[in-house]
Amino acid sequence: MKRSHRVLPGFGLSLGITLLYLSILVLIPLSLLFWNAGGGGWEHFKSAAFSPRALASYKITFGASFVAATINLFAGMLIAWVLVRYRFPGRSFMDALVDLPFALPTAVGGIALTTAYAPNGFIGRQFAPDGIIGRHFGPEGLKLAYTPIGIVIALTFISLPFVVRTVQPVLGGLDAQLEEAASSLGANRFQTFRRVIFPYIWPALLTGWTLGFARALGEYGSVVFIAGNQPLKTEIVPLLIITRLEEYDYPGATALAVVMLTASFSLLLAINTLSRWTNRRASA
Amino acid sequence: MQISVRGVSKNFGAFRALDNVSLDIPQGQLVALLGPSGSGKTTLLRIIAGLEAPDEGRIFYGDQDVTNCSTRDRGIGFVFQHYALFGHMTIFDNIAFGLRVRKWKNEQIRPRVLELLRLIQLEGMEKRFPSQLSGGQRQRVALARALAAQPQVMLLDEPFGALDAKVRADLRRWIRSLHDEIHMTSVFVTHDQEEAFEVADFVVVMNRGKIEQMGTPDEVFARPASAFVTDFLGRVNVFHGRVQNGKAQIGELEVSVEAEHGSVEGDTFTAYIRPHEVEIDREPHGPESMQAAVSRVNRTGSTVKVALFAQDGQLPIDVELPHEREATLNLRAGDIVWVYPRQVRVFAAPTASVESSS
Repeated sequence: MKRSHRVLPGFGLSLGITLLYLSILVLIPLSLLFWNAGGGGWEHFKSAAFSPRALASYKITFGASFVAATINLFAGMLIAWVLVRYRFPGRSFMDALVDLPFALPTAVGGIALTTAYAPNGFIGRQFAPDGIIGRHFGPEGLKLAYTPIGIVIALTFISLPFVVRTVQPVLGGLDAQLEEAASSLGANRFQTFRRVIFPYIWPALLTGWTLGFARALGEYGSVVFIAGNQPLKTEIVPLLIITRLEEYDYPGATALAVVMLTASFSLLLAINTLSRWTNRRASA
Repeated sequence: MQISVRGVSKNFGAFRALDNVSLDIPQGQLVALLGPSGSGKTTLLRIIAGLEAPDEGRIFYGDQDVTNCSTRDRGIGFVFQHYALFGHMTIFDNIAFGLRVRKWKNEQIRPRVLELLRLIQLEGMEKRFPSQLSGGQRQRVALARALAAQPQVMLLDEPFGALDAKVRADLRRWIRSLHDEIHMTSVFVTHDQEEAFEVADFVVVMNRGKIEQMGTPDEVFARPASAFVTDFLGRVNVFHGRVQNGKAQIGELEVSVEAEHGSVEGDTFTAYIRPHEVEIDREPHGPESMQAAVSRVNRTGSTVKVALFAQDGQLPIDVELPHEREATLNLRAGDIVWVYPRQVRVFAAPTASVESSS
């Protein structure tokens, strides 16, 4: 690696601290996980990590996280747009509201969401068989809480801030003259957005989506209240891990954790590589 | 396409950026809006472009009232001071942008873009990105992009403002020759009078949201209509005083006040003397001349710049002489000489004159 001369010295020192820090906090604990997962032998690992119940929980966790992050891709972009582009009373209140899912203990979020979305809750009632919206869904109505939809709601809630906070500064720094130039060249609003604004905020959108997705994968507290936690149907991986721990099945729990870890890490690595590639293209 | 501005006013909060401005821009002319910052020139240009809406007044392109027409429907080309190129697109895609959004076919776009690249002398650069070009090259790309869809009107907002002196001079000449080729009605904004005079067919001098004077560069320079215009058009000696016996008194110098300037006995006045309109001699020339001491002689430019003080150092005067003339005088610092202006422009005191010119 070639080291260029910099104004501030100390590449060796700062890299050393970075490596030590990441090792103690992230790398060593997570490597020990792999070590522990091997403790019960390969057969036990396979039966714990790839049982039908485990496979169902991977599906629901990754699926719901994907849906939640994608919903926030659009909703977050819209909220960021409104916060950056318009001045209206209550704007700073709205701005602070966005961060609330960050600050709350997730259990509080979970209880609040369950109260609202349960069949007898304020929002859930509208989706009941005799509710305003629910009556269009047949005799059963549309059940939100205690279904995969409930999981998506909880994950959407906790991953909301990411897209908003990554897109907001990029949108704020966008030169207004670019839009004026596009319009002077004959572009309509949609063309201006698609061809000029979107390419600029796309890397930030992707970063926000990734962060939100990663956050949703690991979420436990807010989901367990609203999910109903039925094995094979609404059981997420973090909950299954806790269940295994409560059964003193440590190798089983770590086996699940290893699968989660590997899948999450490969996904994040792939997305980061993709976003670096789009960034390079945009700034070239 | 002739552009007509009719009684346009624009306020930004309490600030009146344009105050009832009317203006006709003739077909095929290259017009400069010239003025200091805050004079409303850029606001006027943006209103002509439709990027800003006037509070009052109307804009016509030919016979068509375009006041409520959006920028994209006006068929204009607009060039920004800081280029406003699309950084994520290649040069080719930047120039093709206006054609693509107007649904041109690909087989028409390519030859048009290549033709424009030839015109701006950037052939072979179409695959580069704007960040890989110099400032002058970027501004030429911005011009090509604006020209691509063959607009009827070209509007340029301080197009040379962000460039360094050498590039600026080149681009200035290039734009002038380009205009002589395609004869499109064009308006550009500048705060540099030299730039306006060199490039434009027609100059509109603006101050505080109003038009001070318009005319060809020759007219405006030879006969400035107000104190502001005289002051704004380059280096000038400024003197203040009161009118006495029908004459303006500048030191020992007496200048008869022309009636057209409407000065009355006892009024305060401001007199302007351009440095190149002053003669220096070693002999007195009657009441039209005054004695002054040479303080500095600078022979490095195309003319010799002489700094003098009249009235025992009370009254500084700058003079520019041709080298040949100065060679016969052979001035040195400390020499006592006689100065006599060939032309003095006298206006009632500046604030009053700005008010009265509206």
